[in-house]
Amino acid sequence: MQRETLINIIVLALLVLFPLWAWQADEPFMITLATRAVILALAGVGLNLALGLGGMVSFGHAVFFGVGGYAMGILASHAQSYEPIFEWPFLFEGSKFMPLIWLVAILSSGLAALAIGALSLRTSGVYFIMITLAFGQMFFYFTISWPAYGGEDGLSVYVRNGFPGLNTLDPIQFYGICLAILAIVLFAMSRLARSSFGLALSAARQNEERVQAVGIGVFRLRLMAFTISGAITGLAGALFADLNRFVSPVMFSWQTSGEIMIFVILGGVGRLYGPVIGAVLFIVLEHELGGLSEYWHIYLGALLLGVVLFARGGLIGVLAGREVAHD
Amino acid sequence: MSLLKLSHVSAFYGPSQALFDVHLNLAEGEVLALMGRNGMGKSTTVKVICRMLKHRGGQVVFDRNDLGAMRPHQAARAGIGLVPEGRRCFPNLTVRENLIAAARPGAWDLETVGKLFPRLSERHDQKAALLSGGEQQMLAIGRALMTNPRLLILDEATEGLAPVIRQEIWQAVARLKAETGLSIIVIDKSIRELAGVADSAVILEKGRSVWNGAFGDLTHDVTDKYLGV
Repeated sequence: MQRETLINIIVLALLVLFPLWAWQADEPFMITLATRAVILALAGVGLNLALGLGGMVSFGHAVFFGVGGYAMGILASHAQSYEPIFEWPFLFEGSKFMPLIWLVAILSSGLAALAIGALSLRTSGVYFIMITLAFGQMFFYFTISWPAYGGEDGLSVYVRNGFPGLNTLDPIQFYGICLAILAIVLFAMSRLARSSFGLALSAARQNEERVQAVGIGVFRLRLMAFTISGAITGLAGALFADLNRFVSPVMFSWQTSGEIMIFVILGGVGRLYGPVIGAVLFIVLEHELGGLSEYWHIYLGALLLGVVLFARGGLIGVLAGREVAHD
Repeated sequence: MSLLKLSHVSAFYGPSQALFDVHLNLAEGEVLALMGRNGMGKSTTVKVICRMLKHRGGQVVFDRNDLGAMRPHQAARAGIGLVPEGRRCFPNLTVRENLIAAARPGAWDLETVGKLFPRLSERHDQKAALLSGGEQQMLAIGRALMTNPRLLILDEATEGLAPVIRQEIWQAVARLKAETGLSIIVIDKSIRELAGVADSAVILEKGRSVWNGAFGDLTHDVTDKYLGV
């Protein structure tokens, strides 16, 4: 067994055991922290597909996170008020049914990623970064000036959405849902990385011209990966909004894009569990250092600098070596 | 029947003209040697055939289709397989991953490539970056074959390799010709080795094709004049 596989198993085991301990010890706040880490990890897994496997340095993944969040917020707020979202060309009512909300979040964020990717993937390098950032800012300012859904103040949802057979207000049960989704997505990502699609995407990152020479259309390949990546981050956005029962334009801000990118780099770009380890570390630092100083980001910046300069495989690279494993 | 035909082809890198008037005719199942000294336009001609460079004048026809509007991946899907100069495998992928990343259905698969290059079968799980130069060249040929092409282009396929490995590559090319009937364009400096496999030759001089004909008709005067050998 490769060392990275062993580390991945340990991380997964800790994600199962830590909240169970917190539940036994009656520490619901710890479960909420773990839930936050798992959801952010899911957002990072989405970005990691574009950034790590595809080499697309997107600085606009907050768009998909926000679209997923607002999909949840809009559906749930309309369910609360019993007002349909629209009546033409067909009646579409709000919902508090989690699977439907997730589906809408995936579709809407995937569609946003398809549209943004179709435009931005015609560029590369710094232009790609700037265009994705610009889209993020466009969505940010649009939601600020969208009074129907709270504008700058955001939108509150008073009751957590439901899942058949579970009490989602119970922190441990909601955590279980989030962890199950993360595990499913990680499994799918491990399969995708080993599929011919994933291999071609990885090959295109290494040498675009060579991939074209063997008959693979790089633009379409990257667009498909960017869309899947956006849809996963959108799903994370819906869960994040459900966790907080609140959505606001901050979800679209460039700081959100930056934070997702930071913990993917901290954990290990292109490593399956890199975003998971990065998100856990990010939450731990936020919790521990945030208690010491409100300027805790200074320490985070120093850590990021250290990782970029001395540990380019991220934390998982330090622990398991720089070779990338797919499982 | 002609599989690939270049007529009056000209091409530019920005404002600099690299090809002026290139003619080439390759029949189905034929092996053609594309020859010329360094900088005469061999690799540029290959880039035009593979659509990595668009020609400005003339016509490039492959299997009765005009390649003019095609992109590189569309040309590859049409059946043009390239083994590029300098090998350029995907270093972070294993041998198996390099092969299956480009695979398309057809007679060539992991098993048949493994039979052609048994060394690759032994190193399926090894990263391409950790292969020797010769093994990387075999992998580059195997990767091109996995696309199941009708035309295989070998650009400087044996450059910089040890004599034993070069021999192995030439044997593989001879096997491809004898057993598969694949059309092949070979660019190489070794006339002696080319003579063993090539049916015809085209010599380029300053971006123009100055000699076309059967390989056996190449005289010492011609090679001396255009190739300096």
